[in-house]
Amino acid sequence: MIIAKQKPLEEIRQMLEGYERILVLGCGTCTAICLAGGDREVAVLASSLRIAAKISGKNHLFKEHTVNRQCEWEFLDTIEEQVKEVDAIISLGCGVGVQAISERFPEIPVFPGLDTLFMGMPQEEGIWVERCSGCGSCILDKTGGICPVTRCTKGLLNGPCGGTKNGKCEVDPEKDCAWTLIYQRLEKQGKLDLFDEYHPPRNFQAVIRPGKFSIKQGG
Amino acid sequence: MTAENRFEPEIVAFCCHYCAYAAADLAGVARLQYPPNIKMIKLPCSGTIDALYILKAFEQGADGVLVAGCLKGTCHFIDGNIRAETRIERVKGILDKIGLGKDRLEMFFMSSSEGPRFAEVAREMTERIRQLGPSPIKGV
Repeated sequence: MIIAKQKPLEEIRQMLEGYERILVLGCGTCTAICLAGGDREVAVLASSLRIAAKISGKNHLFKEHTVNRQCEWEFLDTIEEQVKEVDAIISLGCGVGVQAISERFPEIPVFPGLDTLFMGMPQEEGIWVERCSGCGSCILDKTGGICPVTRCTKGLLNGPCGGTKNGKCEVDPEKDCAWTLIYQRLEKQGKLDLFDEYHPPRNFQAVIRPGKFSIKQGG
Repeated sequence: MTAENRFEPEIVAFCCHYCAYAAADLAGVARLQYPPNIKMIKLPCSGTIDALYILKAFEQGADGVLVAGCLKGTCHFIDGNIRAETRIERVKGILDKIGLGKDRLEMFFMSSSEGPRFAEVAREMTERIRQLGPSPIKGV
């Protein structure tokens, strides 16, 4: 899923300066799971903004709503009426969500309430880790299901480098060396021969930005 | 300010069922005097306190909010009070940023046998909020 974190309240208030009727719009999928933009976060942000506005002597309207997914037209269609009642939207979805809303309702300014960080998964309660870079040329079959493009600090396709020490990375001793993890995983699977395989430089044209995929052409 | 028009703060107290709520009960049974400014809401555990409960209390005009949980190490649900404490710190940060000030919110720890302690907390919080004055929201 996509991991994001809420922007500082001061930054959000600055963005909304000059707008009086604002829709705080959450996303019920990725950002809800990473506790950045679901129902609860929408309610807390809207309440905070409402209090701050009242203290400043402004009687602004902060509407609250969460759609299942901000990145699909079907779900955005459901807020059409609510959008007519506001003059700005603050999105608690990822960057995709913000752009989708903006594309669907081009007449209304849409502001990002979150900073989108990466594609990842929960490691433990409240901690998320990056697992995929969306490089377009997956080699997880050869690396024991551990992605060196994402998890090796240097993104090496043929590792480990000389900087690995006791299973940790020289760049950040807190981080595991991805290639040590790959070695250990392949050893466990009895597939250490894969470790000898040379990986040619990554095909950077596998996904040309901005990426586009059609199931009709690709599938 | 004369005694007649002295500011009487409205304080919402979120109290854990297993400690502070029982302590308040004990304070009442023992006929201990404490200011009537406290409006109590019972929680099954202080760990169930949500940032939104606190913000909604302030949004609806509370001058102060206190959250009372069990003494550390004695939570009925192991670490609910510790979780609450972390959450309270986070909400204090929000209160500072939105202009209410973190001092309007406080967390206290007590056992169910501490009726006098509850009365003391009620007095302490009432006095603190009285010093801070009415919530700035009420000026609008």
